[in-house]
Amino acid sequence: MTVTPEATTTPLVQLLTPEGERLHHPDYDVDLTDDDYRSFYRDLVLVRRIDVEATALQRQGELGLWASLLGQEAAQVGSGRALRPQDFAFPTYREHGVAWCKGVDPLTLLALFRGASNGGWDPQEKRFNLYTIVIGSQTLHATGYAMGIQKDGAVGDSDGEAVIAYFGDGASSQGDVNEAFVWSAAYNAPIVFFCQNNQWGISTPTSTQSRIPLYKRAEGFGFPGVRVDGNDVLASYAVTRAALDAARTGQGPTLVEAFTYRMGAHTTSDDPTRYRLSSDLEAWKLKDPLERMRSFLFKQQIGDSSFIDSVDADADELAARIRKGCLEMPDPDPLSMFDDVYADQTVLLEEQREELGTYLAGFAGGGH
Amino acid sequence: MQLTLAKALNEGLRAAMESDPRVLLMGEDIGKLGGVFRVTDGLQKDFGEDRVFDTPLAESGIIGTAIGLAIRGYRPVCEIQFDGFVYPAYDQIVSQLAKMHARSKGSVAMPVVIRIPYGGGIGAVEHHSESPEAYFAHTAGLKVVSPSNPADAYTMIQQAIASNDPVVFFEPKRRYWEKAEVDTEAVPDPLWRSRITRPGSDLTLLAYGPMVRTCLDAAAAAEEEGRSLEVVDLRTLSPLDFDTIRESVRRTRRAVVVHEAPRSIGLGAELAARLSEELYYEMEAPVLRVTGYDIPYPPSRVEEEYLPDLDRVLHAVDRSLAY
Ligand SMILES: Cc1ncc(C[n+]2csc(CCOP(=O)(O)OP(=O)(O)O)c2C)c(N)n1
Ligand SMILES: [Mg+2]
Repeated sequence: MTVTPEATTTPLVQLLTPEGERLHHPDYDVDLTDDDYRSFYRDLVLVRRIDVEATALQRQGELGLWASLLGQEAAQVGSGRALRPQDFAFPTYREHGVAWCKGVDPLTLLALFRGASNGGWDPQEKRFNLYTIVIGSQTLHATGYAMGIQKDGAVGDSDGEAVIAYFGDGASSQGDVNEAFVWSAAYNAPIVFFCQNNQWGISTPTSTQSRIPLYKRAEGFGFPGVRVDGNDVLASYAVTRAALDAARTGQGPTLVEAFTYRMGAHTTSDDPTRYRLSSDLEAWKLKDPLERMRSFLFKQQIGDSSFIDSVDADADELAARIRKGCLEMPDPDPLSMFDDVYADQTVLLEEQREELGTYLAGFAGGGH
Repeated sequence: MQLTLAKALNEGLRAAMESDPRVLLMGEDIGKLGGVFRVTDGLQKDFGEDRVFDTPLAESGIIGTAIGLAIRGYRPVCEIQFDGFVYPAYDQIVSQLAKMHARSKGSVAMPVVIRIPYGGGIGAVEHHSESPEAYFAHTAGLKVVSPSNPADAYTMIQQAIASNDPVVFFEPKRRYWEKAEVDTEAVPDPLWRSRITRPGSDLTLLAYGPMVRTCLDAAAAAEEEGRSLEVVDLRTLSPLDFDTIRESVRRTRRAVVVHEAPRSIGLGAELAARLSEELYYEMEAPVLRVTGYDIPYPPSRVEEEYLPDLDRVLHAVDRSLAY
């Protein structure tokens, strides 16, 4: 299969060129203060730093795996910051930037990749569901949650609630994702489907998943789709905010396709040199989301080098905290694996818990 | 030839493709990448994209289209990337693939192989360490096998592909990198036969896939304490080769089943039931099970405590011998 020309030439909503020029768009715009712009930049830098540190920790054997978001910071910070406190996000396994925006401690993400937990945070409290590794499942959970919002009468005005479901270009092929489109259309659910098209599902290019640009899928399901420059944090923010507002005010679902690129390997286990060209990577480097925002700050004279340095210092501090926390993270108590399997514990698991406890205690006493 | 288990599968797939042009390989990332475990490495290059192809990311689609390809006369070999990702295909496997032959009164064969890397012990994140074999062994119409070593991997994959019944082929992923001699000229054992891998007289360890190595190590350790353990590598989980199993346990009069999968309603339960039905008066001890617990696979930092290991096997052996 080949990439249709359309897939690469479709216009995308952009508010910031790769050179950091501010553009205006008739349908999507942002009205941000200089402080806002600076804090967007700060989030981009911190989120990248979390990612770089986690990758290093994996290389040093402290994490079993890491799924890097390198290159996707703008799509995640832009969409994550568009969420209001009442909005609920359903992530994949790569949404570290959205987690950051939702106030999830990066260390709880690391715990998962370290093998110290299978979740780690309270989804209700953070309004950020647990990471979902099984591709596409979360889009239906998000749809159901959105249906619940409707049943609670919590849509309709600007205080309404909305849901965002994250997924990838590869996930767009899953039955669950397509069912989520059908269901959310059938019920006019207050949901935004946010697809980060990073061009790859492991080694599989987006062209294997779709003959048309992904945002166009929405039309067939009966709701609007829009493609945004996923390396442009301002556009990602503006488009997501508009889609969330449409959802919360009762106008139903939107599909946002954030056009971006996975700059790193799929995960630390992957070797992308087997399937993609380094020239593609070089071309996308020129569209780096951080550079773009930094150029903009310089051009607008709203961020000087001392500001940049202070953000870098914050990032250093964050990285040091993450590293320390990871190295000091205790392993779970083995017996805790029997806890919380059920809301009402079963006799069988109580017995098995005791069995393992006795068995392990035998070792503590020296041999079985 | 010394081969890893992964490479032996690769060679077996190659041989099957060379001998039958109707054999197709399909799955996620099996082409250029060669699969995340490199089991299909180089096969797309050598056999072309028509015969070895990357599918869209949808497991139900993989198995559903494989069924159609089989109706059309092909022999699809589907790769499911990890154990925990087979469930989106479960309906196609259980309701369609497994029943097609019976529903068509034998006029439509389903020579479909579903390869699934399975089991834990590799420090993976969740959904990457599961042992779902009982779901499939419980399903009439499917056959289920699992090789434990490179030589079997090489022959069993070819036999599975040659089978006119659907075969769920479980690959012990933590053993992918273990090397052993593979004689590609050797006359293979029949696919539906279990094998006494290590003869012994005091007790039979029944295992398959990743736990065979664990049991062989346990048997070697037990020998130093003067105990003679027999190890039966089941190889086929459905149908069970109960002739071999019965013969072994009749001699040793004690059996311990070892698997990574949760204990309840698993292969061990079936083996224990069948042994007690058939050898009740000949056995010295109840059949014991060394298994995972009846919980979701735990975070990898505690998987060592979850998984059966040499000590837990010997612990059960002690208990059995104490009867
Ligand atoms: C149901 C299921 N099948 C297969 C996998 C293995 N897998 C993990 S990530 C991935 C590719 C996902 O691609 P995409 O949706 O584009 O997301 P990205 O990784 O690019 O963020 C695959 C095949 C899985 N996690 N779940
Ligand atoms: Mg992708």
